[in-house]
Amino acid sequence: MESIAPPSKGSIANLSPDVLETPPLSLGQLTWRRFRRHKMANFGAIMLILLVLYAFGGAFVFSEAYANKTETGARLQAPSREHPFGTDTVGRDILARTIYGGQISILIGLTAMLVELVIGVTVGAISGFFGGLIDSLLMRITEAVIVIPQIFLLLVMAKYFAASIPNITILGRTFSGSVVVIILVIGVTTWPYLARIVRSQFLSIKENDFILAARATGTSTSEIIFRHILPNSIAPIIVSGTLSVASAITLEAYISFLGLGVRPPTATWGNMLEGAYNYIETAWWLWFFPGALIALIVLSINFVGDGLRDALDPHSRAI
Amino acid sequence: MTRYILRRLLQAIPLLFVISLVLFFLMQNMGDPIATMGGRNVTRSADRERLKRQLGLDKPIIVQYLYWLAGNDWAKADLDGDGIAETPGTRRGVLRGDFGLSLVNKKPVTQVIWERLPNTLLLMLTAEAMILIFALLIGIYSALKQYSTFDNIITTVTFLFYSMPVFFFALVTMYIFAVNFKKWGLPYLPTVGMFEPTAGKTPLQVAWHMVLPTATLSFGFIAGYSRYIRSAMLEAMGQDYVRTAKAKGLPKPEIVYIHALKNAALPIVTIIALDLPFLLGGAIVTERIFGWPGMGRLFLDHVSRGDTPVVMGILMMIAVAVVIFQLIADILYAWLDPRIRYT
Repeated sequence: MESIAPPSKGSIANLSPDVLETPPLSLGQLTWRRFRRHKMANFGAIMLILLVLYAFGGAFVFSEAYANKTETGARLQAPSREHPFGTDTVGRDILARTIYGGQISILIGLTAMLVELVIGVTVGAISGFFGGLIDSLLMRITEAVIVIPQIFLLLVMAKYFAASIPNITILGRTFSGSVVVIILVIGVTTWPYLARIVRSQFLSIKENDFILAARATGTSTSEIIFRHILPNSIAPIIVSGTLSVASAITLEAYISFLGLGVRPPTATWGNMLEGAYNYIETAWWLWFFPGALIALIVLSINFVGDGLRDALDPHSRAI
Repeated sequence: MTRYILRRLLQAIPLLFVISLVLFFLMQNMGDPIATMGGRNVTRSADRERLKRQLGLDKPIIVQYLYWLAGNDWAKADLDGDGIAETPGTRRGVLRGDFGLSLVNKKPVTQVIWERLPNTLLLMLTAEAMILIFALLIGIYSALKQYSTFDNIITTVTFLFYSMPVFFFALVTMYIFAVNFKKWGLPYLPTVGMFEPTAGKTPLQVAWHMVLPTATLSFGFIAGYSRYIRSAMLEAMGQDYVRTAKAKGLPKPEIVYIHALKNAALPIVTIIALDLPFLLGGAIVTERIFGWPGMGRLFLDHVSRGDTPVVMGILMMIAVAVVIFQLIADILYAWLDPRIRYT
């Protein structure tokens, strides 16, 4: 049979396979590429960076003493050149308070998310990996934690630790002990949801062949969990962690709004709203600015979380 | 299935016991109910001792828990301080249906809760109905008209509402509809309480006062659920059986509502079933802002004053409701989806 004429030099068929294919991308690079195409997620990410710059960079413009300086002669002033966001009921400048309040709110959000992540992933991993009695026990504990109302736990812990946690000084800022209490309570009451997600991930990944192979070659349990299963289940953990920062910030706002959170004069976006509804007719700037900032940061975190969820989705094919 | 239900119910009993124990212990840190009993005057120490003995607060915590659970009419309390127990108690305990008397106002706990429960239920059930109707409408319409202008607007708006904290929305709506409408002379929505004291508690008054709180409660959930419904509907409409139905020439409403929606509704049903028991706790923030006399405010008031019987009553009610509704959600899911089998 006549052989097909070999292709001329320089055509595509001459190139070796290594040169032809693009080098394989790691999960991070793939995720970043898909994330970049998501318009809303980009917008959210930019918004988030701006807000963080506002909260932390604004510390260079206003000192903390200025944020807490009460001047009752200047109380409840409308926004003006001197006080761009107005003054509150005791004459403190609202702009400076939103800057320092933002630092605390964002800090509480991030730390509470870390607490939740550590507890939730640990419980979910152990429960999903070992199964059986340990699984049942841990799942019942998880259900019990869900049933206890958050507000109640917060009230109890706030009363219990009220006097005993002193003010902490980090990086030159003093935080009242109630910040630690709030972080602990938010972390301790939100881990069940993450634990359930991690558990279901572990239950399904555990059945794969490569885990069987790892076990057959004598890999220790902790290595199987941390080096094999956990990296494969990282996607929902990342998404859940991102969204839980938003929910932690919102929770802190609710709690401070009810008067159970961080005590003044330390400002957070939540406790600036405390009692502001009494002044709704006279001083709209009291609640508008902190409230709008909370809404903005939660919105941008939600956008970023949504974008991450789409980018990390193994079923989507777009690069 | 019956065996599964029985097994879950049996598992629930120790869970409820443990929860009640934990909650009872947590309540002990909540403040001293005796401190406020003297009314305006500070309670004298002799009175304090006497009250403690009468209310059984001088016993160790585990004994107090036992009395709460099983009553104290089988035990004698020492009421006159001579060290000899002689008076039998009057409480029959939770296990026999007696939740005790409130430490704050001496009314039976069931009466105290019953006064506020209908208000909360009214608000919550109306809000839930609104949420279901609007979320379904918006979600389905958005899924049918994917990527149209309507869909894009709705997506942005729902994201916005979903991210807004409840009190911000409440304050904004209060500002627009109550304060500014009043200034501009339009009929304005009231913001406080259930009814005007002068007009009395008529259905019209209650309905008018309910508009803002219901809207505040529902908007966040409508936003969240409608997005969920939209994605579930999109997934269902992309299935092969919908393509077959269209090929067979079935009318569009039948395809959407009878075939696609039934299958898309499964996860939504379970989410709603799991959210319902928390309605009993009331929406603390919304009730605080709008002055609605409901369970949320009751809870806050009594917790801060250390009123154990009332708080335990509310919490156990919510705990039982959560357990039952979780079971209902699981059963509903198994009933709707014949592929699911519980061992």
